[in-house]
Amino acid sequence: MSQPSISKSMTSGESGLAVVFAVTAFLCVIASAKALDAPFAFHAALSAAASLAAVFCIINRYLDRPAALPPAEINGRPNYNMGPIKFSSVMAMFWGIAGFLVGLIIASQLAWPALNFDLPWTSFGRLRPLHTSAVIFAFGGNVLIATSFYVVQKSCRVRLAGDLAPWFVVVGYNFFILIAGTGYLLGVTQSKEYAEPEWYSDLWLTIVWVTYLLVFLATIIKRKEPHIFVANWFYLAFIVTIAVLHLGNNPALPVSVFGSKSYIAWGGIQDAMFQWWYGHNAVGFFLTAGFLAIMYYFIPKRAERPIYSYRLSIIHFWALIFLYIWAGPHHLHYTALPDWTQTLGMTFSIMLWMPSWGGMINGLMTLSGAWDKLRTDPVLRMLVVSVAFYGMSTFEGPMMSIKVVNSLSHYTDWTIGHVHSGALGWVGFVSFGALYCLVPWIWNRKGLYSLKLVNWHFWIATLGIVLYISAMWVSGILQGLMWRAYTSLGFLEYSFIETVEAMHPFYIIRAAGGGLFLIGALIMAYNLWMTVRVGEQEVQMPVALQPAE
Amino acid sequence: MKAILTLDNLASGLVTTIWTPVFVAIFLAIIAYAFWPRNKAAFDEAAHLPLREE
Repeated sequence: MSQPSISKSMTSGESGLAVVFAVTAFLCVIASAKALDAPFAFHAALSAAASLAAVFCIINRYLDRPAALPPAEINGRPNYNMGPIKFSSVMAMFWGIAGFLVGLIIASQLAWPALNFDLPWTSFGRLRPLHTSAVIFAFGGNVLIATSFYVVQKSCRVRLAGDLAPWFVVVGYNFFILIAGTGYLLGVTQSKEYAEPEWYSDLWLTIVWVTYLLVFLATIIKRKEPHIFVANWFYLAFIVTIAVLHLGNNPALPVSVFGSKSYIAWGGIQDAMFQWWYGHNAVGFFLTAGFLAIMYYFIPKRAERPIYSYRLSIIHFWALIFLYIWAGPHHLHYTALPDWTQTLGMTFSIMLWMPSWGGMINGLMTLSGAWDKLRTDPVLRMLVVSVAFYGMSTFEGPMMSIKVVNSLSHYTDWTIGHVHSGALGWVGFVSFGALYCLVPWIWNRKGLYSLKLVNWHFWIATLGIVLYISAMWVSGILQGLMWRAYTSLGFLEYSFIETVEAMHPFYIIRAAGGGLFLIGALIMAYNLWMTVRVGEQEVQMPVALQPAE
Repeated sequence: MKAILTLDNLASGLVTTIWTPVFVAIFLAIIAYAFWPRNKAAFDEAAHLPLREE
């Protein structure tokens, strides 16, 4: 093949980004020197180092690459961009294990408080947001970015848009996680649940997220497949809504541009409403819409069956979009929030039963004609059980949003149990299933290293989930009932510490459940590692590889 | 109490209320689109989309 001789030069993206990072490095050094608090100095120094590393990587990559950028197609077939997907998949596994481990530590701290070690950095208050952010945003986020970049390319039959942009998204997102996570340990937080990162991490995430949106949109725009597949709709809703939520919930005024502390623009009950509009829609659009996209692509693919009802998937999508955004006020029952707003939140939460179960049925029924595969394929079983957990937790959630139920359940461990049946059962299992599919695909392996190990992972993790959620149900309802128990004279029957004491055995069971879930993830990491290392190479179609002489 | 029905109130009332029928109409249009008989073939094909890629 005669290569047309192109003189090699940097693209405007490469040179532009290298200059931007060089300037950023310089500014961060200054910020680090003038910092008002130690965590800010640390983060500025870390950002300076990362910016320098970025400049180095961009130039190094330029020097190593051939003159022409990778072609969009090779021999008429799309030349898919798998590099950023590999990176995100590895990071997902890493953060998953880190997040589950921190979860196990804080679960154990609740059972045995001495494990706080009386150190600020290891106190429950700092480790808890580290756990939630690590599992939701770091593990879940990397799974979503990896699968979305894969699905959008495959279902649009076109190479991912951008050259450096996809790398900027995956590396930049993980740098955000690093800044946020180390910040929690050092006590940097704006004290908004699931939105703890301070103003400078928020600004960085905004830049990364907008780039993510642009890469995703540009890929859809240049698609070869005329129809936009339903999974891409869900991914797009996830990306757009998270951008809106992030901007809505986080407008803050820093005390100084050289310090980590900021004050949020919203005040009082407006702040609370914004927070839970954000918080619940992070559940609705991050933990639901994004992972439903995984369901709509990976389950048909793994079961080798078409989507049960594509019509239902369209109605599922729009009903979910129209309803979810209103459900947030159910987090603020019996507070200063106006009563009508609480009722509105409750009503919309109950209406969510319809699209949630519609979607669940659509996912499960996709297996019609392939149910036997559940017996032989533990990966498919994991995906299907995740959808069953989705159905279970989306039944429980609306029920808990009913005000009379909420008066018992709110502030108790029941909520924690509910969240984990969704997080471990639905989000965790659908992510595991997706990664088990994705890793052999993107590393060009015939299959997984061991299906037997997947089976072990499945059963150990399932046992862990069952222990976790049943312990929290019992503990939560016990706690709620003890709080509201009165004596015949009208006094509260139990002191707070008595309720804590009553929950101790359940906290131990919960920690055991979390431990099993972690063991499952370790088995998975080993299995995936071996798949990449020693897995049998998928035989490429020779036509595609032969260069035309 | 003064009269409620000023032009201003009417306008802002309309702007805040109009979304309910608008959203309902859009949603009904989406349902019609999903169940429109002529779209069935295209949707059935789209349901197979993950299965027929190279």
